[in-house]
Amino acid sequence: MDLARTEVAAARGRGRARAGAARLGLTALPVAFFAVFFAWPVAAIVARGLRTDTGWQLGRIADVVTQPDIRHVLWFTTWQALASTALTLLLALPAAYVFARFRFPGRNVLRAVVTVPFVLPTVVVGSAFLALVGRGGLLDDLWGVRLDTTVWAILLAHVFFNYAVVVRTVGGLWAQLDPRQEQAARMLGARPFTAWRTVTLPALAPAVAAAALMVFLFTFTSFGVVQILGGPTFSTLEVEIYRQTSEIFDLSTAAVLTLVQFLAVAVILAVHAWTVRRRETALRLVDPATTARRPRGAGQWALLTGVLATIAVLLLLPLAVLVQRSLDAPDFAYYRALTDADGGTFLVAPLHAVWTSLEYAVAATAVALLVGGLAAAALTRRNTGRLMRGFDALLMLPLGVSAVTVGFGFLIALDRPPLDLRDSWLLVPLAQALVGAPFVVRTMLPVLRAVDGRLREAAAVLGASPWRVWREVDLPLVRRALLIAAGFAFAVSLGEFGATVFIARPDNPTLPVAVARLLSRPGDLNYGQAMALSTILMLVCAVSLLVLERLRTDRTGEF
Amino acid sequence: MLLSLEDATVRFGGRPVLDGVALDVAEHEVVCVLGPSGSGKSTLLRAVAGLQPLDAGRVLLDGRDQSGVPAHRRGVGLMFQDHQLFPQRDVGGNVAFGPRMHKVSRAERDAETGRLLDLVGLPGAARRAVAGLSGGEQQRVALARALAPRPRLLMLDEPLGQLDRSLRERLVVELRELFGRLGTTVLAVTHDQGEAFALADRVVVMRDGRIAQSGTPLDVWQRPADEFVARFLGFDNVVPGTVAGGCADTPWGKLPVPDGSPQGEHPVLVRPAGVRLLPADEGRPCTVTARTFKGTHVAVRLLPRDGGPALEAACALRSAPETGDAVGVEFDAEETVVLRQQPSG
Repeated sequence: MDLARTEVAAARGRGRARAGAARLGLTALPVAFFAVFFAWPVAAIVARGLRTDTGWQLGRIADVVTQPDIRHVLWFTTWQALASTALTLLLALPAAYVFARFRFPGRNVLRAVVTVPFVLPTVVVGSAFLALVGRGGLLDDLWGVRLDTTVWAILLAHVFFNYAVVVRTVGGLWAQLDPRQEQAARMLGARPFTAWRTVTLPALAPAVAAAALMVFLFTFTSFGVVQILGGPTFSTLEVEIYRQTSEIFDLSTAAVLTLVQFLAVAVILAVHAWTVRRRETALRLVDPATTARRPRGAGQWALLTGVLATIAVLLLLPLAVLVQRSLDAPDFAYYRALTDADGGTFLVAPLHAVWTSLEYAVAATAVALLVGGLAAAALTRRNTGRLMRGFDALLMLPLGVSAVTVGFGFLIALDRPPLDLRDSWLLVPLAQALVGAPFVVRTMLPVLRAVDGRLREAAAVLGASPWRVWREVDLPLVRRALLIAAGFAFAVSLGEFGATVFIARPDNPTLPVAVARLLSRPGDLNYGQAMALSTILMLVCAVSLLVLERLRTDRTGEF
Repeated sequence: MLLSLEDATVRFGGRPVLDGVALDVAEHEVVCVLGPSGSGKSTLLRAVAGLQPLDAGRVLLDGRDQSGVPAHRRGVGLMFQDHQLFPQRDVGGNVAFGPRMHKVSRAERDAETGRLLDLVGLPGAARRAVAGLSGGEQQRVALARALAPRPRLLMLDEPLGQLDRSLRERLVVELRELFGRLGTTVLAVTHDQGEAFALADRVVVMRDGRIAQSGTPLDVWQRPADEFVARFLGFDNVVPGTVAGGCADTPWGKLPVPDGSPQGEHPVLVRPAGVRLLPADEGRPCTVTARTFKGTHVAVRLLPRDGGPALEAACALRSAPETGDAVGVEFDAEETVVLRQQPSG
């Protein structure tokens, strides 16, 4: 009897241990990946900056932060992010409403078009706005107006870039809110605006907050856009880190700035996680197809027209100008110049960067899918402990932590045995995967969590082993989300600039790096080539996104 | 025994949901576990299926200890409360899922699927999408799917819970007939006593993770073990009493009890049919406070004028008194049950 009991206990222990081990196995690879390719490089660069032979120089932190020019950078970074976020909300919230509640011809195509800027490389966004409001740009030609020396160019580019974040996050929820809730309020005597304010707005508020925080995060850490449009006057933290690292070689200042940005991003992400959790509270959601209808009355038509006009001027015009500038020479001269290595800017023909970028992006997508997919699978169970929640937040960090630091950290940390990757072509895809993985997690997680756990149990009781359960139940349900996640990771890898600019080899630049380098050289040919390359990059991103849009389901993700 | 639970215990956050449950199910037996929501019924099924690890005790199938055996190797079937059909597969794909997992050949699978769909009354439905099925049809598909791998034990979690009343009554009869014909061993849980009594060879009543009573439907109905079971079955005429000989002293006065009733302090149940109405000047004087039409009879609510809790009487349609009438009451020993003193907790 005693013997039997011991055996029972041992078997039970084995069962639990096996489940625990499976979980640990799922988590181990992502954790190892982020430890080696994120935490270690960042730590290495901070250590390089702040430690001397005599120990840690923590006094540097106070020194740096109190420098007037650094304080100016901090101040500018914060207020431009706040202003960009406010402007984005102001312009995109009406669009969120229009896309959620109105049915009009071309709505689905337009919703995809609105998303294109978000996956565009920041470098392309920068050069598009340069072509619109810069020296010799469209406005300069027409009216002699130049905005590239003002902060407006940066703010407008940020709106352009983040418009889709608000439209998708807020509009996605708005479309699923049951309009009968508002109707119930109307029947109880509320005027239309009062009904909206007391019923819809509170339901929407967490989504608005989450979207605003994401926009704030993206604009706070903005690099490519500010680098190109900011000139010498305007510099964000990220741009300053780049300047200190690669131009002034003041590593200790760069390290302090990295820490400051790290802290800010951690706070933003913590608040974001909190709002997302609040968003998960029960709302009555309905099929979005049932809530949209044709606009009625002059006011609604005016609103629709206004939103369409905003999209045309703010989102489509810069892209159109970009394309026009790239064609602004006889016989596609700028495009033909891309096939030619004689320009002297590169060792290879600029067009070669297209293939380099595609190769890197494919590798980075594979890595991001593997790491992000495993992490999402490990995080699927809803009532995960504090530890797993921390893991969840950790996965978001690469989105906000200085990409410049990561790139430079790669060079410092991964250059000696046991991990000497300095000469490996894998270095670039690894850095890009780091930025792509959070998108994979964010896209997969809501879908995986929406799979009813009892569906898996039903399969198990019918004789499916855990592996078969995953293949038969989970995979068919998340296949689309997986493809969408792959597309996002691909687009993000293609456009990654901050880290790649450090680690891409001079003879093998990626598209964004090539564009930036062309822009930094004088002369019409270089400028035209930059526009041509940007156009190619834009087309590659737009095509991959439009393919994705056909696959999109209602439940997929936050982006 | 096909299934034995020994001292099965499951705790959620320290609170026992299953508390030392012992239960045997013999081959070909249909056992129904009956209890209010939160009494641990579903946890019991999940523990047998291997979806919920036990904190103590064990589950034996054919005498073999199942601890450490994962759900997919236990060879038991479970029909979920809301069916959990796989949305991305059609009806045939759902039914054939189990045989496919057990590496049955395609030809055999197709034949088996057709046979089972005939059996559950959905011939030729194999290519239909599950999204287009009505509730009753989904229930049939779920049943066919659970039967397809030929489980040695079929478990049903609130099998008819979400269906409307008339469909439920028809399906209960069909299921009972089907299980009899197939010789299936069944362990079902439900909160609906009508369903349990119609379906089961044996009913097990659960309360707070423990078994309160186990017996044939007739046994349980006629002789509820304690006040909890009596009230759960819908009997509200329960009062504390002191039994001495063939008589119980209660707030309703002295009641006759059947021969051989336990002696001493016990709750006493009088079924409504055992409360007989008399003219106002005979028996115990009461006032009628409400009457409810029940189809076959009228339930009359009475307030004794000499004190004691309200009581319910069942009387024929024609002789039912009006609200406010004064009547007399006497009790029938045949319809009176001396209940077991309830275990504390």
